[in-house]
Amino acid sequence: MAIADPPRRLSLWRLVWPARVPGGFRRTARVPWIPIAIISVIVVMALFAPLLAPYSPIDQTLRDKLLPPAWLAGGSDRYFLGTDAFGRDILSRLIHGARISLIVALLALTAGGGVGLLVGIVAGYLGGAVDSVLMRLVDAAFAFPAILFALLLAVTMGQGLGTLVIAISLLLWASFARLIRGEVLSLRQRDFVALARVRGCSAPRIMLTHILPNVFNTFMVLVTLNIGVVIIAEATLSFLGAGIPPPTPSWGLMISEGRGRIADAWWVALIPGIAITLMVLAVNLFGDWLRDRLDPRLRQL
Amino acid sequence: MSEQPVLEVRDLHTHFFLRRGVVKAVDGVSFSLRRGEVLGLVGESGCGKSLTALSLMRLLPRGGARTVKGEVLLDGENILERTPAEMREIRGRRISMVLQDPQTSLNPVFSIGDQLREAIQRRKRAPHAEIIKEAVAALRRVEIAAPEQRLDQYPHQMSGGMKQRVVGAIAISGEPGVLIADEPTTALDVTIQLQYLKLLKRLQAETGMAILFITHDFGVVGRMCDRVAVMYAGRIVECGPVRQIFEAPQHPYTRALIASVPKMTGPPPGMGGRLATIEGQPPSLMDLPVGCRFAGRCPLVEQRCLDAYPGTVRIGPEHTADCWKVVPA
Repeated sequence: MAIADPPRRLSLWRLVWPARVPGGFRRTARVPWIPIAIISVIVVMALFAPLLAPYSPIDQTLRDKLLPPAWLAGGSDRYFLGTDAFGRDILSRLIHGARISLIVALLALTAGGGVGLLVGIVAGYLGGAVDSVLMRLVDAAFAFPAILFALLLAVTMGQGLGTLVIAISLLLWASFARLIRGEVLSLRQRDFVALARVRGCSAPRIMLTHILPNVFNTFMVLVTLNIGVVIIAEATLSFLGAGIPPPTPSWGLMISEGRGRIADAWWVALIPGIAITLMVLAVNLFGDWLRDRLDPRLRQL
Repeated sequence: MSEQPVLEVRDLHTHFFLRRGVVKAVDGVSFSLRRGEVLGLVGESGCGKSLTALSLMRLLPRGGARTVKGEVLLDGENILERTPAEMREIRGRRISMVLQDPQTSLNPVFSIGDQLREAIQRRKRAPHAEIIKEAVAALRRVEIAAPEQRLDQYPHQMSGGMKQRVVGAIAISGEPGVLIADEPTTALDVTIQLQYLKLLKRLQAETGMAILFITHDFGVVGRMCDRVAVMYAGRIVECGPVRQIFEAPQHPYTRALIASVPKMTGPPPGMGGRLATIEGQPPSLMDLPVGCRFAGRCPLVEQRCLDAYPGTVRIGPEHTADCWKVVPA
């Protein structure tokens, strides 16, 4: 007997949010094309910013200041997304800002995520006193007001990319360490780890060749899901003046600069705000899909 | 007994030191294993079988377990005195192990070829092609069909029985003199169990290694073992050749154990026949009695059983039991 599929309406929404199947599991096979498209556009913008941007992101043209986007009354064809208070092209700044966001995300996730991964594996595998000390450090990191700490860092070390990356890494590593440790605790109990010791493998070797590859999926999913967190953190810190120093374009900084004129020139703050929202939403949806995709229990279905 | 045993355990004590007290899980175990011999270690759950095995490998579980007394002589040298680095050299090459659950015994993210290679490369350095050849030979030895293709497969692509054979291939790849098999067939289908036991037996005959076979299944003991050691509450209470233990068990605990194995003859339980059981529970390992540990459940108990531990009595040339009531040879 052939089982006919019920006629399914093609819906864009379904691409982003897959249908539930009778078993209760969400169908995971569907690739999130829209988030991938958004991410790709932003990555291309970041990679080829100087080629794509119609104007310099820094040069001021005070004659053209505070022009609205092209499709509004008073908008100019020359500035598609309008200009800010210094007459800088918002589109160009947005394109260059993507670069900053992605560089910060890459560096902070490599540093913070890497440290978290290392701490999680070591604490989870070695256990005992090492575990207790490292996990108390993680607790302390969670209890610490991260934003305040970042501001402090900015004051002492000066504003800049390095400060920003360090501040965000300090915010990230603890959650990575805690989640990875939990995973390692259950892996450690498996017989293949015991048998590796029976074979005469040393502790570092077991951590490197037997534990690390087994937590790598989890790590990649964590990285993806945390891109959003990093971008928001970068925007927050730049907004507060502890991040990227002006005039370098950063999305958070752009919002900050537009804040004072939100009533008469709303586009200056709103456009980078929309960009951040889209980016974070896209990476989160992509991360959700990746998590389901890499979960071996769901892969078998 | 002129030949030196490959493995001799003397008065081994491994205790758990917990906040609530000391759990004497292994409390005075002695036995010896000769070259090419299969010694069965049987007993009920929690009697200390597995912990004895882990003590021999010096891989005690975390959480306060410590070997406090005794000697483990591997080819005459006490491995309890070796440093951790020296132990790593000993494990896998001179003493190896197979565990109960094949599902978790292999690393799920590596192909079985990679896992075999890890084991072989630890033993010797050789060109890649030679290692591959050796891995194929190792798989062939454990009767895996088309080993060349299997090398690239991952554990989830294999059945439980096949995985357990790969585990076996890895365990014996270092050509150890002693293999500890901790209930290796418990997680397998009955039909596969038999195949696996035959395979182990054959490998043992080929390599001449000695096997310490831990199980609670007397049927398996009868098929596999040359001698049996029966463990109760942290001690070996009776030890002897399989035939003698089955036909003339001396210790009341061994007798009760053998009586509680279902027979193929006579009325089955529920149709008139009842399976024999052992009343009561083993003593708490935190608060062991001064006398015989089985006294509380023993049908033949006397005053002296409660007053003092009987000590090991020699009944035959190779047959011993820890009981006041047995007649010394």
